[in-house]
Amino acid sequence: MGASAASSPRPAGSAPVVRVAGLRKTYANGLTALHDIELTIERGEIFALLGPNGAGKTTLINIICGIVTPSAGTVLADGYDIVRDYRAARARIGLVPQELHTDTFESVWATVNFSRGLFGRAPDPACCERILRELSLWDRKDEKIMTLSGGMKRRVLIAKALAHEPTILFLDEPTAGVDVELRRDMWQLVRRLRASGVTIILTTHYIEEAEQMADRVGVINKGALIVVEDKALLMRKLGKRQLILHLQQPLAAIPAALAAYPLELADGGNTLVLSFDAHERETGIPALLKRLGELNIDFKDLHSSESSLEEIFVGLVSERA
Amino acid sequence: MNVHAIRAIYRFEMARTFRTLMQSIAAPVLSTALYFVVFGAAIGARMGRVDGVGYGSFIVPGLIMLSILTESVANASFGIYLPKWSGTIFELLSAPVSYIEVLIGYVGAAATKSVMLGVLILATARVFVPYEILHPVWMVVFLILTALSFSLLGFIIGVWAGSFEQLQVVPLMILTPLTFLGGAFYSISMLPPLWQKITLFNPVVYLISGFRWSFYGTADVNVLASAAATLCFLVLCVALVRWIFRTGYKLKN
Repeated sequence: MGASAASSPRPAGSAPVVRVAGLRKTYANGLTALHDIELTIERGEIFALLGPNGAGKTTLINIICGIVTPSAGTVLADGYDIVRDYRAARARIGLVPQELHTDTFESVWATVNFSRGLFGRAPDPACCERILRELSLWDRKDEKIMTLSGGMKRRVLIAKALAHEPTILFLDEPTAGVDVELRRDMWQLVRRLRASGVTIILTTHYIEEAEQMADRVGVINKGALIVVEDKALLMRKLGKRQLILHLQQPLAAIPAALAAYPLELADGGNTLVLSFDAHERETGIPALLKRLGELNIDFKDLHSSESSLEEIFVGLVSERA
Repeated sequence: MNVHAIRAIYRFEMARTFRTLMQSIAAPVLSTALYFVVFGAAIGARMGRVDGVGYGSFIVPGLIMLSILTESVANASFGIYLPKWSGTIFELLSAPVSYIEVLIGYVGAAATKSVMLGVLILATARVFVPYEILHPVWMVVFLILTALSFSLLGFIIGVWAGSFEQLQVVPLMILTPLTFLGGAFYSISMLPPLWQKITLFNPVVYLISGFRWSFYGTADVNVLASAAATLCFLVLCVALVRWIFRTGYKLKN
């Protein structure tokens, strides 16, 4: 519920769909949950907000959605200030919360229609039916929410968030506690929503989820945004590649003749690992292989690997711990 | 004005009432009917007239007020406390609605239930005791004003309460004693002079007195004072709710 009732006409040229500037949140107990956050979300993208527990992800989302009052800073949603033009801003936002907060005693149909009306939209049974069918909930529309499984309740929350046809959708840990099949279903749904023009901002603990779906990634830690980057670019920039050689004979130590190479011994001396930057022109691999031959160090197999987003994320967070 | 939101909240709350008809309507009507049986038909016949009215008839307005006060507070406080307790309050806080729209939805539904209940009790009373309504328009005005005011109070209690126990504290420990001591079962003139003066500090006295006046034309306090007191209480509650939404008290952190 907002502080003023007036709503301004839509500002022109609002390219980023969400613009956060100088956002800070300090709670009454003195805890600063967010430190001067600056963030823009582009229209139609899938943005993944990653961070450890208590990093400030949910606080950030809750401020943008109007649930938590910011201490300082401004947020524009689709060009509308979330405080001054709260009606216009909130009408464009849908939120799927982390917890399974549902109207336990209500039917699926009643709760979805309630959400549509609450967000200022006229009743539209056809629209609600389409959303429920999309989420495989249509057959259960008359059932009380208390009778549904956790995964189905999660779908109900998504249906409620979509009931007023928002253009910005926040998914706070959307696949927490759901099985693999449902998770894949949700990924498909998110992609379909994005294809229909909805901007998606999701927080997740499953880095695989961000790796699979996100266009851009933001990493938040201790209330500060430490990285906001295109996912592919981030993986190229911060990712490492490794060449792994499985030796014929174990080595007790790395020979002095190989000291120039960034090598490590693993697997009790049976594996030699060379780390190199993925985007370096000279990886040093041909020279190393030649040198190994000269030293009569034979290997039976070799393969290369690339850092996952998870490894990059862990590296970023632990770096600033 | 977000009319769709008001409608959604109102219908949602009313649906809850019709889902729990036994608890919301039947139980309060039955318990009030028992008062009419015991104090009206059984004991009332052996008691003298109060302010020129038979005792069974005399207690009708007071008993209706007793039900209206307790049910208004209970309905409205539960209506807003339930989403707080279940966590679904996030949806209300993130919706494009003003506090006035939220109030119209929640308090309007709670007051509607109370007025329905009042009318049902009035009809039930006719079975057991005779009564007349000299000023029906004023009776409706007092009924609606009281239902609205105490639904607002209930809404405030629901926002303030941090547990189901706290939700019950004000109705049980404050409202019920004030109502019983506010002239529901007796005329203030039956009290010793000192207690007559002390009783005037009880706001419920004004509600019951005004409501009874609309039935029988006799009142413990001036009817305009009753109407003014009820209106003042209503305005005070609206101001408090406005403050709650401005500050986010117990709703936003």
